[in-house]
Amino acid sequence: MDEKVGPGGKGSKLALIEEHPILDFVHGEKVRFFFDGKELEGFEGEPISMALHANGVRIYRETAEMHRPRGFFCAIGKCSSCFMIVDGVPNVRTCITPLKAGMKVETQHGKGNVPDLNDGRPRS
Amino acid sequence: MKKIAPEILVIGGGAAGLSAAAEAASAGAKVLVVESDLRLGGQLIKQTHKFFGSKDEYAGTRGYKIADILLNEIDSFKDSVSILQNTTVTGYYTEDDTFTAMRGEEEVFQIKPQKTIVATGAQERLIPFPNNDLPGVYGAGAVQTLMNVYGVLPGKRVLMVGAGNIGLIVSYQLMQAGVEVAAIVEAGPRIGGYWVHAAKIRRMGVPILLRHSIKKALGEDVITGAVITGLNEKFEQVGPEEEIECDLICIAVGLSPTTELLSQAGCKMMYVPQLCGNVAQRDRTMRTSNPAFYTAGDASGIEEASAAMVEGRIAGLSAAAALGYPTEHGKIDEYWSRLESLRMGEAGARICQGIECVLVKGWEGASHE
Repeated sequence: MDEKVGPGGKGSKLALIEEHPILDFVHGEKVRFFFDGKELEGFEGEPISMALHANGVRIYRETAEMHRPRGFFCAIGKCSSCFMIVDGVPNVRTCITPLKAGMKVETQHGKGNVPDLNDGRPRS
Repeated sequence: MKKIAPEILVIGGGAAGLSAAAEAASAGAKVLVVESDLRLGGQLIKQTHKFFGSKDEYAGTRGYKIADILLNEIDSFKDSVSILQNTTVTGYYTEDDTFTAMRGEEEVFQIKPQKTIVATGAQERLIPFPNNDLPGVYGAGAVQTLMNVYGVLPGKRVLMVGAGNIGLIVSYQLMQAGVEVAAIVEAGPRIGGYWVHAAKIRRMGVPILLRHSIKKALGEDVITGAVITGLNEKFEQVGPEEEIECDLICIAVGLSPTTELLSQAGCKMMYVPQLCGNVAQRDRTMRTSNPAFYTAGDASGIEEASAAMVEGRIAGLSAAAALGYPTEHGKIDEYWSRLESLRMGEAGARICQGIECVLVKGWEGASHE
């Protein structure tokens, strides 16, 4: 297993299932992305939240009023629990949005500001 | 805005939706399947266990392999079935009979089909307890997605809430993935799932605590444990209490049909406890009160994937027939007899009660305005 730098500390492994009696896991290409400014590794094309979870990240956003932490719940794009800011866009369903190299993923605080569509923000 | 106009739109690329698409395509119709997830196959791709049911619905085959079989079948209709993944249908507007949809988070477009099959599946239920919103309280489907689709360890030690088939099966899958199962709590007086699944769990030494539930989850930012408690006959928390150390609480207390689009389309809905929620009334062709809408799979009532596949076949066949494509006489009756054989037994009897409530003979005087 490759080394990575993540919340688990330098050299910690991605929390992946290495041996399974029935399933073989075929992952996409390993790419680097950013979570709140930290560089992490994940597999391209797999959902952002899966990559975060494998890096030990459980908290994806903070609620607007009670400031409660939220992680994911349904993982099929239905429950809204895993909303994050991805490349400047808030309220992205990270459980069904594929990871791309260089993506900037941020913890969302509150409802998030919808970006001005004319500001030419960069897309990865 | 871009607008596409397929003959048949199938919303949902799971067990029911793929079966519907294959069946409609085999009758000659052109079909568009829209799937919100990145992968097709719905919940089937998360199932590592061998299915029960009947041979026609691949009994004895593991769930994810059944998904492969359906995808191969769809592949043989490449010319008539197109598929959009990572695409969510976001609403239906009766003013112009048009759906809005988005691919990814930004590309927005419209769909105006001639017929629509709503095979949107279900969503996980949650029960109330303090801290049930903390990260680490995951629906059983989410746990399956993490470990069985993407190979990510969902946690180290789990408390499972619910001993129905999903709770039992996912507990076993967690052990296959190397996660320790601390216990399964079940509020009811008996195990809801199949005996064979429960026996596998018990052989592994995992306690299944009946008349027990979770009292609260522990943790500041993420789950660090749970307090479980005994329940009396009225489901009141009477103890004894026990603290369980865990970083994952898996909720397997049932599913609710996903039916917003059917409601938006004006389909007559009905609350049917046996089918686990609000579902559309339908006739034997799976048509709803809106003549352009069909329903199949968990969206039409929570049931096993084998039944969802048969319902999908019926809906696909009926939608194609309604568009004038020739279909084999008597095939719907044959599918219904398959459903009947799948619905034998205790759980099936309850489903049949539910179906009896929502099934209409015809739409005289009840048609869509």
